Amino acid sequence: MSSPVLLSRTAFAKRGAHPIAQGPARREVLALDDLHAWYGESHILHGIRLSLAEGEVVSLLGRNGGGRTTTLRAIMGLVDRRTGSVRVSGIETVQMPPHRIARLGVGYCPEERGIFASLTCEENLRLPPSQAGGGMSVEEIYALLPNLAERRKTQGTRLSGGEQQMLAIARVLRTGSRLLLLDEISEGLAPVIVDRLLDLILRLKALSYTILLVEQNTHFVEGLADRHFVVERGQVVLHVTADELAASAELLERYIGL
Amino acid sequence: MLDIPIPVLLGQVTVGLVNGCFYAMLSLGLAIIFGLLNVINFAHGAVYMMGAFAACLAARWLGINYWMALIVVPLVVGAFGMLVERLLLRRLAGLDHLYSLLLTFGLALVLEGVFLDIYGSAGLSYSGPPQLNGLVDLGFTRLPLYRAWVVAVSLAVCIGIWLLIERTSLGANLRAGTENPRLVQALGINVPMMVTLTYGLGVGLAALAGVLAAPIYQVQPLMGSNLLIIAFAVVVIGGLGSTLGAILTGLALGVVEGLSKVFYPEISSTTVFIIMALVLLLRPAGLFGREA
Repeated sequence: MSSPVLLSRTAFAKRGAHPIAQGPARREVLALDDLHAWYGESHILHGIRLSLAEGEVVSLLGRNGGGRTTTLRAIMGLVDRRTGSVRVSGIETVQMPPHRIARLGVGYCPEERGIFASLTCEENLRLPPSQAGGGMSVEEIYALLPNLAERRKTQGTRLSGGEQQMLAIARVLRTGSRLLLLDEISEGLAPVIVDRLLDLILRLKALSYTILLVEQNTHFVEGLADRHFVVERGQVVLHVTADELAASAELLERYIGL
Repeated sequence: MLDIPIPVLLGQVTVGLVNGCFYAMLSLGLAIIFGLLNVINFAHGAVYMMGAFAACLAARWLGINYWMALIVVPLVVGAFGMLVERLLLRRLAGLDHLYSLLLTFGLALVLEGVFLDIYGSAGLSYSGPPQLNGLVDLGFTRLPLYRAWVVAVSLAVCIGIWLLIERTSLGANLRAGTENPRLVQALGINVPMMVTLTYGLGVGLAALAGVLAAPIYQVQPLMGSNLLIIAFAVVVIGGLGSTLGAILTGLALGVVEGLSKVFYPEISSTTVFIIMALVLLLRPAGLFGREA
């Protein structure tokens, strides 16, 4: 029973960045089970449960302060304390330090983008160590995002907001991470730039990256995400697939409307 | 007022430069450690002293000569520093500065106390390498060859470390870690390991300064205490966490201190602190610091 699964994994690894066949062979890339997280004494997450299959794009919706950003930070081990289960490609990580979690192939783009002021654009890009197997080369990234190529020697924080966001994503693509955690990437950017980001994420989706997005902007994730979770008071309160999105608009509005 | 002969002036400048080299090396280590660990390392003077003692003792017990000591001592004392980070300082990570400051201050007292108990306040004497006896004629003054060597080695080491930090990918990790260690770790870099190695580097640098100092200064348990206060002043003047600031300010203050001995000797030991007060008034982030 296990050998066909193994075969398909190997086949995927060999084909690298090409789309994987649909069907039951899609393996689970990320699974959160009863995840609780604390900052100091504050208990922020109260048993988050969700899972992502390979190649899936999933959004976390909800109001600010509901625990969406903390969910991503808890996956990376960036909270003061966490309990429950966080499995990355089947490996339990709840006891691991953040750098080991990242090396399992998890690419994290924080809300504040996390571009380093004391590093140039290219140093920012080359900062995270590549994982076994590797990801896009710096040249491939520059081909994909020519803006960054022109500004490779520029101080990281002198890039425009959109360029910094592209850089933050490119930085984890270079490592070979296949699971991306993207926090509010469209926030505060001009509509033209948001469109370009959307193109980039769609392209990554076509390359069967697995992506967990935290978003405020529902329009950004419509037509992009396969499934949506609404997080409120540290719990998943609603789960909607892309097909159900239109029908659930009213319900969603009640959860995330201001 | 300005009837001081030029050779005397230049002589003091060179003497000041030698002192400045020690300030630069110690301050550089302090700045690197503070940058990444947020630790105000009060044990820095004590490890400098340990470096000097280690050179003496290695020569007495093991027959290790000066040239070997120059390499072996920083490695051994640096390893001791890494052990201190691993076993003690790490437990205080994330707490207020004050805790690590008290720990390192206490550690300095313990180390100095142990050496005082064994070797007394007079300490030991160490003769430098015979190859570096003699004088170099600089035209305006004759400088002992050994002091010229100290200047050359310190400058080379400081420039080397500065290049390592500013121009290599290893240094990029350190710079990024100084800004946001948590995020750097979330990007897959083993920050706890980097912290240990960085502390080891800073401590090793102080130990190297100790070996260089052993032949010129009396090797005694409190030799680091006075120097450390000046090194802290240098870090503050240069700008907390600025490596280039620490190096240039260290050298410059040595020279200024030397010059003040010519013009107004009474004030020479206070010069550094007067400059520190002025800098704090006019540019609180330091000469090379980034204004917040």
